[in-house]
Amino acid sequence: MHRFANPGRFQRLAARLLPWLKGLTALAFLAGLYLALLASPPDYQQGETVRIMYVHVPAAWMALFAYLLLGLASASALVWRHPLADVAAAALSPVGAAFTFIALVTGALWGKPMWGTYWVWDARLTSFLLLFFLYLGHMALLGAFDDRSRGQRSAAVLALVGLINLPIIKFSVDWWNTLHQPASVARFDGPSIDPSMLWPLFTMAAAFHLYLLAAVMERMRTQLLAARLRTQRQARFETWQGEPGA
Amino acid sequence: MNSVETFLAMGGYGAYIWPAYGVALVVLAAIWIDGVWRRREIERQLRALEGQSRSARGRGGIES
Amino acid sequence: MKRKTLRLYLLVISLALLGIATALVLNAFNRELVFFFSPSDIAAERPAAGRMIRLGGLVEVDSLSKLEDGATVSFRVTDLSSSLDVAFRGVLPDLFREGQGVVVQGAFNESGRFVATEVLAKHDENYLPPEVAKALKASGRWQEGAATMGTDGSEP
Repeated sequence: MHRFANPGRFQRLAARLLPWLKGLTALAFLAGLYLALLASPPDYQQGETVRIMYVHVPAAWMALFAYLLLGLASASALVWRHPLADVAAAALSPVGAAFTFIALVTGALWGKPMWGTYWVWDARLTSFLLLFFLYLGHMALLGAFDDRSRGQRSAAVLALVGLINLPIIKFSVDWWNTLHQPASVARFDGPSIDPSMLWPLFTMAAAFHLYLLAAVMERMRTQLLAARLRTQRQARFETWQGEPGA
Repeated sequence: MNSVETFLAMGGYGAYIWPAYGVALVVLAAIWIDGVWRRREIERQLRALEGQSRSARGRGGIES
Repeated sequence: MKRKTLRLYLLVISLALLGIATALVLNAFNRELVFFFSPSDIAAERPAAGRMIRLGGLVEVDSLSKLEDGATVSFRVTDLSSSLDVAFRGVLPDLFREGQGVVVQGAFNESGRFVATEVLAKHDENYLPPEVAKALKASGRWQEGAATMGTDGSEP
């Protein structure tokens, strides 16, 4: 495991993987958009608006998945002081926030024609809005302290506390009566979505997964470069201080 | 009505479906571009700093 | 004990405590977090006239009608054991239809009639192309309204 913990090794791996990842992501999005917009049927109740599902649902899945990863990264940063964990956490929250935002906006645009409203304060929608604020809070805390490691530690604690929101989001539709309907794909008795709609959904979900991986890798690279920049600045500052006449 | 118009109309729901896809595309593109810009900015600063220390080393100044 | 192990135990214990605390709070708030009441809830405990509530259930089949004024619609909301008349003046959402789930916001007026100010359609978790739905109905394997309910929230 610690073979990949080495930041230098990660940089080399990322530099080699990223071009392939970018290409795969673009291909998956093209295939997903084709299936979602052209090669899938309308729904028997919702008509064409069902096509919003193909962005709304993968975005919501990725928002939850990215938060789970953020929680894991924060735990390993706090417990094992893993060198890449803080870097991963800082890279995950902006991408996770973007997915959450997309899920909220596409949900509103789907809710208006179907439910009759852009927004309701039911348990599912409210807990999902909380997820968005958790991401924003994480980003804000990271930059809130002069001492970087203090910011990282408090952001990690916030991320871990926020983990409790994940099961609440997932099960809100079962525990309470909400306007949002229960799960369609992750069900014990199999998905209640016709295969002709399940395939476009899975293709889009694959594209979103690849995007998450590529975007987070890109940002982790930047974070590591920034760390190198900081140590070099520090080193220069110290030699400048040590120089005679300075 | 031709087939492109029918497609764009989306059974009367185009006003909801296209903005949904548009928002997703814009946000994903923005987050990606932001990430690339950040990396380029850091790389530029790193190059500037490393160039300086190289010229300084030439004068027998800094060992890094 | 190594410091790493100690930190791990501390983290696991505090997360477990946090989880338990949240579960207790959510359990206590369970009644408050109800987004809507079912017709049975309202039959058991009728709210005072003028108090805004949300009512959820299925639109009873063959209960939708337009009143004399031509703008007000009237329909019955049922949870299959109890039902309630609702009057509404305004635009119904596209998913609104008889047999489908609905959440209406409104209050009882002085004459004891439930007047809705907002009607929201609840949709089920089934996604099917129209032809498949038609075929399922034709073959008799269709369960009308089976999945659309979810009004009880599965916990008392």
